[in-house]
Amino acid sequence: MEIIRLENVGFQYKDYEGNVIEAVKNVSLTIDKGQFVAVLGRNGSGKSTLAKLLNALLLPTEGVVTVFGRDTSDADNLFEIRKNVGMVFQNPDNQMVASIVEDDIAFGPENIGIEREEIIARIEWVLKAVGMEEYRYAAPFKMSGGQKQRIAVAGILAMKPEVIIFDESTSMLDPEGRGEVMDVIKRLLKEGMTVIFITHDMNEAVEADRIIVLDKGSVVMDGKPETIFADERLPLYNLKLPLVTRIAKELKDGGLPINGSVTRLEALTEELCRLL
Amino acid sequence: MKDVTFGQYYPADSIVHRLDPRTKLLFTFFYIVAIFFIKSPLGYAGVAVYAVAIIFAARIPVRTVLKSLKAVIFLLLFTMILNVFFYKDGEVLIEFWKIKITVEGLFFSFTMALRLILLVMGTSLLTFTTTPTALTDAIEGLLKPLKYIGINVHDLAVIMSIALRFIPSIQEETEKIISAQKARGAEFDTGNIFKKAKAMLPILIPLFISSFRRADELALALDARCYNLSDKRTKMKILKYKKTDFAALFYALLFVGLIVADRIFLVNIDIIGLLR
Ligand SMILES: Nc1ncnc2c1ncn2[C@@H]1O[C@H](COP(=O)(O)OP(=O)(O)OP(=O)(O)O)[C@@H](O)[C@H]1O
Ligand SMILES: [Mg+2]
Repeated sequence: MEIIRLENVGFQYKDYEGNVIEAVKNVSLTIDKGQFVAVLGRNGSGKSTLAKLLNALLLPTEGVVTVFGRDTSDADNLFEIRKNVGMVFQNPDNQMVASIVEDDIAFGPENIGIEREEIIARIEWVLKAVGMEEYRYAAPFKMSGGQKQRIAVAGILAMKPEVIIFDESTSMLDPEGRGEVMDVIKRLLKEGMTVIFITHDMNEAVEADRIIVLDKGSVVMDGKPETIFADERLPLYNLKLPLVTRIAKELKDGGLPINGSVTRLEALTEELCRLL
Repeated sequence: MKDVTFGQYYPADSIVHRLDPRTKLLFTFFYIVAIFFIKSPLGYAGVAVYAVAIIFAARIPVRTVLKSLKAVIFLLLFTMILNVFFYKDGEVLIEFWKIKITVEGLFFSFTMALRLILLVMGTSLLTFTTTPTALTDAIEGLLKPLKYIGINVHDLAVIMSIALRFIPSIQEETEKIISAQKARGAEFDTGNIFKKAKAMLPILIPLFISSFRRADELALALDARCYNLSDKRTKMKILKYKKTDFAALFYALLFVGLIVADRIFLVNIDIIGLLR
């Protein structure tokens, strides 16, 4: 089922000197329910701009963005769209509004008018979903980056959105923190959540069902990870191979008769076992 | 910085913690007024006994309370010394060069210090027993009537909550910038006061820039969490006065009684005369 549709969407920023910056150019795509989409692209390629177009934080200067069939440019739709498309940002410190975990999580649900008892039930549920039950009354200030980011995810989750966009939400975390957030995402996917995941980390991107590569505001590649990482245009867009693919490729170049474009560890293991 | 406890919540299960935050806020207000109105030593003794009793009721270790005084110890010593040296009237105790130390001066500086100590103790007692969120809720609750003159009290409360929430983050950031500048050879502890002030500039500028960036991101995060999108907002925590609150407010009235009594009867008792 299609939940997000972009038709010939463009977005231009005007900087303080009045110069026009075309951050997103003529993008058309659809995203289905339950998909795990990774968005790649070098700095300034328009990833964050694209993300903000999806929950009406920005409105397209050209074309139409529809979410659940609702046009984001129609102010009457704003509430339904924002409520259903949650967004987790890069710096966990800059998206928390309260000094106590449970109060921070309650912020979104309060804003959308959820009943009191229901909010309390949701707090318990989301803290469990992100594995932070015992931190309900704690202060986020004292937590690790991964824990803070999981609280941020919990705060979004408590609004029960259909889609969650992660804009480089793991980039400030250490490997452990990244793993924690990734685990939460995988759990959400199992429950039918649609996830749009912006990242610079190829090893995270391979986990997705689909990768969209942006360059200079346009979609230049769109497909399954195996297809994307087999494409020889990768260096053009400043993209590297994920670790598994790099190993497979090296082995193939070294003379082993294996598939050099596998992206998953299991696939590589399988290829190697086949050789034995 | 790290061991200053002023302004931090101290979680404990006590009758004071459970009081409605509005009660505590009003109570603290009366308390502060009392400290500034009370003139006589007996009145001070009364307030001190009062404060200590509440500290015990709040189950906060005396050590923690004393630590909160650390933040103001310099101010304390400074005002004490100034008062001792510059109080001119009264019976001279010691005289050398141009400085006279008088009995009244000693007495006055002692009461001033006591006043400051009581003030810090009282206000930190409020923050020890009340979470920042509860405090904001209390202010929102008490200021509610202002909405009839067109002031958006809820916005005010959110602003306050965010401000409280970001104090530790900005403190941390300041420390980071200081270390970074020190690593580049900046010196903050040498030179005269002008040199020191000038050395602060390379701290303040990055701090401002990063604070603006934070504010920018935070604004987006608030929008993404549906802030002010609908007027059917709810509240997870509903403030409700209980029996103990009325009891506490009764005590607060006793306090007012104490002030009045102090001004009418106790001021005229000549303590210094009695001591002699
Ligand atoms: N608020 C703004 N005002 C003006 N120009 C902007 C603004 N935000 C982004 N841009 C510009 O738009 C372009 C796309 O920016 P965007 O933030 O979407 O890129 P990105 O792919 O998210 O980059 P990064 O990987 O660094 O996060 C860049 O050229 C950027 O300089
Ligand atoms: Mg970005």
